Amino acid sequence: MLTYTLKRIGAGLLTVYFIATATFLAMHLVPGDPISGNKAMRPEIRANLERKYGLDQPVMVQYGVFIGNMLKGDFGISFTQQNRSVNDIIRDHFPVSAVLGVLAIIVASVGGVLFGSFTALARGKLADRTVMFLVIFGISVPSFVFAALSQYLVMRANGKLGMTLLPVAGWGTFRHMLLPALVLGLGTMAFLTRLMRSSMLEIVSQDYIRTAKAKGLPPARIFFSHQLRNAILPVITVLGPAIAGITTGGFVVETVFAIPGLARYFVQAVQQLDYTVIMGLTVFYGAFLVFMVILVDIIYGFIDPRINVAKARS
Amino acid sequence: MCPALTTCGSRPGTCGPSAGHPPWQSGTNIATHGSRDSLRPVKNPRIVGLLLSLLALLWPPPAGAGEPKVLRISLTTEPPQLSSMKATDQVSGFVLGHLMEGLTRYGRNSEIIPGIAESWQMDDQKARFVLRKNARWADGKPVTAHDFVFAWRTVVDPKTASEYAFALFPVKNAEAINSGKLPLTALGVSAVDDSTLAVEFETPCGYFLSLTAFPTYMPVREEFYATKLDRFGADATDILSNGPFKLTQWVHGASLVLDKNPEYWNADHIQIDRIEIPYITNDPSAAYNLFIDDKVDLLGDMLGIPKESLDRAQADRLKMKAFSTGSAWFLEFNQRQGKVTRNWNLRKAIQLAFDPKEFVSKVVGIPGTRPGTSFIPYWVPGVNGRFHAEYPLKPTPTNVAEAQRHLELAKGELGGTIPELVFLTGDTPAAAHYAEYFQFLFKTRLGIELRIDRQIFKQRLEKMRAGQFDIVQAGWGPDYPDAMTFADLFASWNDNNHGKYQNSKYDELVRRAQSTSDQKVRMDAMSEAEKLALSEVAMLPTHETAIVYAHHPRVSGIVRHVVGPDPDFTFATLRE
Repeated sequence: MLTYTLKRIGAGLLTVYFIATATFLAMHLVPGDPISGNKAMRPEIRANLERKYGLDQPVMVQYGVFIGNMLKGDFGISFTQQNRSVNDIIRDHFPVSAVLGVLAIIVASVGGVLFGSFTALARGKLADRTVMFLVIFGISVPSFVFAALSQYLVMRANGKLGMTLLPVAGWGTFRHMLLPALVLGLGTMAFLTRLMRSSMLEIVSQDYIRTAKAKGLPPARIFFSHQLRNAILPVITVLGPAIAGITTGGFVVETVFAIPGLARYFVQAVQQLDYTVIMGLTVFYGAFLVFMVILVDIIYGFIDPRINVAKARS
Repeated sequence: MCPALTTCGSRPGTCGPSAGHPPWQSGTNIATHGSRDSLRPVKNPRIVGLLLSLLALLWPPPAGAGEPKVLRISLTTEPPQLSSMKATDQVSGFVLGHLMEGLTRYGRNSEIIPGIAESWQMDDQKARFVLRKNARWADGKPVTAHDFVFAWRTVVDPKTASEYAFALFPVKNAEAINSGKLPLTALGVSAVDDSTLAVEFETPCGYFLSLTAFPTYMPVREEFYATKLDRFGADATDILSNGPFKLTQWVHGASLVLDKNPEYWNADHIQIDRIEIPYITNDPSAAYNLFIDDKVDLLGDMLGIPKESLDRAQADRLKMKAFSTGSAWFLEFNQRQGKVTRNWNLRKAIQLAFDPKEFVSKVVGIPGTRPGTSFIPYWVPGVNGRFHAEYPLKPTPTNVAEAQRHLELAKGELGGTIPELVFLTGDTPAAAHYAEYFQFLFKTRLGIELRIDRQIFKQRLEKMRAGQFDIVQAGWGPDYPDAMTFADLFASWNDNNHGKYQNSKYDELVRRAQSTSDQKVRMDAMSEAEKLALSEVAMLPTHETAIVYAHHPRVSGIVRHVVGPDPDFTFATLRE
């Protein structure tokens, strides 16, 4: 198991290195650069800026400097926020995105497992069809629509009640987090519901479920010990990437609800071609995603003893 | 200088707050309220009382004498950083304008008024500013002439790499120092004593006083800067203010709090105790919802209420105000060798076919927008009054028949046909909308095909610089309140002259205006240059932008500046 884990971590580091290199090259191929703005700059002022940021060096030298600093854990200074380092930005804003992401994942996984099992057990009935219709709805409607709609409804409700039921936007208290977490988790919840449902349907027709029923086990025990435990595996598989996806993909929700999360900075950096922030956040997110996938693979072994990842791969 | 037009809701005569309704609404919405109430039978009069008291909670009683007067706003983006020496954007300009004060500042009518300097003398070669004895930093220490000398030297230091170092180039040797050719001490500024600042000019600068209100010219205390260096302006603790407010809190991406600065020399005249910025979002509907939910007092910060939200605002009967932002927009024609738009008859045909009034009313659709007549907008000051009042322009009436005639001449000169033209534009909804209008206009009135090339911001700039377009719609916002900020745009040496219009007579006129501070000579030359560029159709003016905003009626005295911190709350009051 240890060798396997180490091997996976090694492969993961290599992946992150490739992500960094590919992003670096792609970024420099895009026309324009971080210091160009709306108004043309005098050549001497441009030269000063280029010298300060090392942009006067050949691209390969810049690449070398970047990789060297990255190994030291230094991603440099942001171009747009000229006196904040990329590490500052990650330190200040990733926790916000993470808290929001964790809440959203809780909403998504609890809801997904619950609705998925429920619809599988009530297969073909009206309740099943209603939920499955809503699921299609949840998957196909983009989150900005949900975000804008829910915010509008809360705003109207606050107005009608004459009090702040839920804050319209902002960040700080738990009440601020409820609505964004729900909106952010909705798509994943719909996806997990479908996954859980089909996985559960497969399990309920298995022989060992019939055996369990035949020997007279109470339905609750069958559900928790046999059905749920087996059906939940595919959900665990996608949970790793889903956590990474939710934590990084909250741009729209963060914008609509005025949340100081990292995803907003990422998108702004891409628009501004803020080289250092783009590189720092891509590497950070890439590493985060790789780490989550490895983590899930390891957790797998604990949930289902039949799966021995180490042996199967070696 | 820039009167704000007031536009009330769709129905005239329904302006003004009415009792019993949220104060941002004007008029009453009897129809919906009445019918909804009648559906719900009232069982108990106590419930009505309860509901009323709940409603009262929504609009808490006005602040008493003891309570601080807090103004709340949202911003579309946070300031990238708050070092006055490096700031280039509008948001930083807005925050710094409240935290800091330069030698001069902008008054209630956007005029230049004394700031830290209480008086000055100036001629073509030099200036001398006398600083207030009672001007203090937020920590109580006096603001001295040395603080200006230090800030100005740091700005032009090549190691600082300030993008706006050029703002100081009218000061003697600034450009040479910034290019690394001279030491910092060669800069033409010195502290005669603690309260006297002497400035020497590189060239006569007719608008130097307005530059001294600019963030780049604001003072920085050396001993404070030395403890911060690269962190200067990064956080609330990394900035020392000398202006009406001080920064007490800055949570990046989330909020800023500006408290009244009791050490400010003119603190007695600042009516607001605190400016809170609890929300930062560039989502227009979020900003709108926050305003309706009474979480902020201003809707539409620097960018105004976007067109998408205007219908909603009308339906909600917001009392909206229009403000001309002072930017001029125009079509730039690529006049490089080999481009068909180098042909004067073709450009003239386009000019005659285009109707700016129609464009503004049918396409732009933001109240307060002015039809374009020139690349020097209407608000620009001249010798005594407005530039265009002193130097009026003869308008070019739209004339499609005449346009056709010029088009035929152009075709003859260009070998029979006009090829498809590339129209470069941005990726915003408004830019797409405008481009489609021009596509339609060129097709129907001139029979010319336009290919629209939509690009994201940085790539559009890159294409403009490289000349990869035939026509591009571009705008220009003023750097300082003087015609020169627009007039030198089409000089051959200006890198912002994307179409590479070139005319030695124009260049000479701009140079003449730059070589003196005699206002009459300057304005005469710039007017002549303007008329020349317009007759040559160097560019085609389309419109002068405006924004629409709304504010809570308890706030009054919000000042909007074309140049300078905008919006300006230093003159604002909150009703008790």
